[in-house]
Amino acid sequence: MAQALNGLEYGMLLFLLSVGLTLIFGMLGVVNLAHGSFYALGAYAGIAVAVFTGSFWLALCVAPLVVAGVGAAIERSCLRPLYARGPNAQVLLTFGFIYVFDDLLRWLWGSHVRSVAPPAALAGVVALGPGRFPVYRIFVILFGLAVALLLWLALERTRLGAIVRAGVWDAEMAAGLGVNVARVFTAVFAAGAGLAALAGVVAVPIQAAYPGMGVEILVRTLIVVVIGGLGSLEGSLAGSLILGQAETFGKAWLPDSSMFIIYGVMAAVLLLRPTGLFGRALR
Amino acid sequence: MGLTRRRFLRGVATTAAGAVLGGRARRARAAPAPLKIGLLLPYSNVYAVLGESITDGLSLVFERAGWTVAGRRVELIKEDDEVNPQVGLRKAKKLIESDGVDFLVGPVSSGVLAAIRDTVHQARQILIVANAGNDEISRDRCSRYIFRASFSNWQPNAPMGSWVAAHVAKEAYLVAPKYAAGFDMMRAFKETFVAAGGKVVGEDYTPFPVNEDFAPFLTKINQAAPKVVYAFFSGSQAVRFVRQYDEFGLRARSKLCGAGFLTESDVLPAQGQSALGIITGHFYSTLLDNPANKAFVRAFRAKYARTPDGFAVQGYDSAQVIAHGLTATGGDTRDKDRLLEALRGVEFDSPRGRFRFDPRTQNVIQPFIYVREVREVDGELANVVVDRIANVRDPGTGCTLPG
Repeated sequence: MAQALNGLEYGMLLFLLSVGLTLIFGMLGVVNLAHGSFYALGAYAGIAVAVFTGSFWLALCVAPLVVAGVGAAIERSCLRPLYARGPNAQVLLTFGFIYVFDDLLRWLWGSHVRSVAPPAALAGVVALGPGRFPVYRIFVILFGLAVALLLWLALERTRLGAIVRAGVWDAEMAAGLGVNVARVFTAVFAAGAGLAALAGVVAVPIQAAYPGMGVEILVRTLIVVVIGGLGSLEGSLAGSLILGQAETFGKAWLPDSSMFIIYGVMAAVLLLRPTGLFGRALR
Repeated sequence: MGLTRRRFLRGVATTAAGAVLGGRARRARAAPAPLKIGLLLPYSNVYAVLGESITDGLSLVFERAGWTVAGRRVELIKEDDEVNPQVGLRKAKKLIESDGVDFLVGPVSSGVLAAIRDTVHQARQILIVANAGNDEISRDRCSRYIFRASFSNWQPNAPMGSWVAAHVAKEAYLVAPKYAAGFDMMRAFKETFVAAGGKVVGEDYTPFPVNEDFAPFLTKINQAAPKVVYAFFSGSQAVRFVRQYDEFGLRARSKLCGAGFLTESDVLPAQGQSALGIITGHFYSTLLDNPANKAFVRAFRAKYARTPDGFAVQGYDSAQVIAHGLTATGGDTRDKDRLLEALRGVEFDSPRGRFRFDPRTQNVIQPFIYVREVREVDGELANVVVDRIANVRDPGTGCTLPG
């Protein structure tokens, strides 16, 4: 029971991270390898804001906006000229950004591990049967669910969501219908970056920030996206929850093969449904 | 236009400067080859902080010497091993073969040291180990070309086993990362803990080097409710483990003890109040009251504006080993046997106490293993010494150095 909650909490964190990646891929067709860097940037920016203002909540609002701005700037200045050149150029570019951000973060904040305590309201533990569970992690679970719900509403129930979904299905057609696809691309990329940063801020009280954190989490995020299916919100949620549970129970019960279990789950999903749980065949 | 005093002086100055510079340039041409030191350390990933601390400690020694040792200009070549054995081996080969370094210093991870050991030995490359503590390097895989200025994993943990059994409790849950160092340290602890009547009620080895979340393990510990949790983690994982341990409310229930790396000064600020009360064994504490340490802490704080940790001491001592060894041979690195002999005999005052190698293993003899408790001192968290065990040398079982 306690382990299932651990898995759920870890899964929610993975969801916050992977949903941005999957949306960016779905809309722009870009596998953004620098997604982990946005996560790290969000974490460090969040710490900076939290330390400067003394408010974790403010950090949770400001850092994602800053990173979304960075994402928008990168999309407009660097990615846009490459859309015509196909996926390889984009993968190389975003891969390059991993190193740029890594050095930038090190230059700005040094290589020391940094962390902030969870806000006072969320400190402590609650009794859960025989065991205990940290309040902050319950917040993470609820926060993740809330973000999932809001994203779903935004995508399914608003005009902007309809445009994004249209763009995911067929960008050319959407453009033909008078949608300013270029602007939507920028918005989606910025939103994806902001979501990664949001995950970064949320993760800081639990996991701390340190150089290389973005790359470490990137692999997990990609696995989630592969399991869930590229470009799918539901897939991202399902993939995160599955991976969260698989990794948590793997660590608890079979620590020697917890890595194998993660990749095993991915391989099984790929064999049964090559496009992922909620994916559809690529054009 | 007469020859004014100022003009005359300027002329003299220019001539003099020219003579001095010219002389220096001529001398430089005849100068001996630079002393190349290859640093094989992690500058990224989980142990990045450790690599940086070691580099800073080492630089302090050479900077004080004007970057010249025994008449040879010191040149550092840094390579990032990324805490990855394959990468470490490739970079080690690069430093040995293409750069032709005189000394190799590093690595941090036991895994990397295990991977490069044979290459180093076969190349007759002198390696000063600045952190990695795998016991095997002082035992069956020891080499006359490898000196260890840091510690063997056994050294801080074996004394802690009997100490915890005698002073804390006789029931412990062990947790450490799943790689050579984790296994070594827990084995050493168990050895003396069980011999002193202690009982191990649980044991977990966590994924390494990537592990974001300790929740599954902390939940297991919560259910087992042991009196003591004995842990080894380092770098970013030490921060996460200690914070999450507190987050899960375990601090009030199970006393957290461990190898000193768990609460070194590199991670204490990020751990914050969560670290209070943790008891660890280590060969060093920033608070040690000896002249060498006071000078070291002062110089380190002045240069880097932060409190030095045990890793910085390891870098500092690695540099001192090189400096003392090289001074003894008059700067000569060609005659390897002579240099090795000089290094074996090195002795100096380190921040941790009198530094000397154990001739049987070429591993440092720890003047003391300090039992330290994290407390608040002058508004800052520090490892306060509560007990100490003298002259801790690795058993060196299976090492066949002449000694």
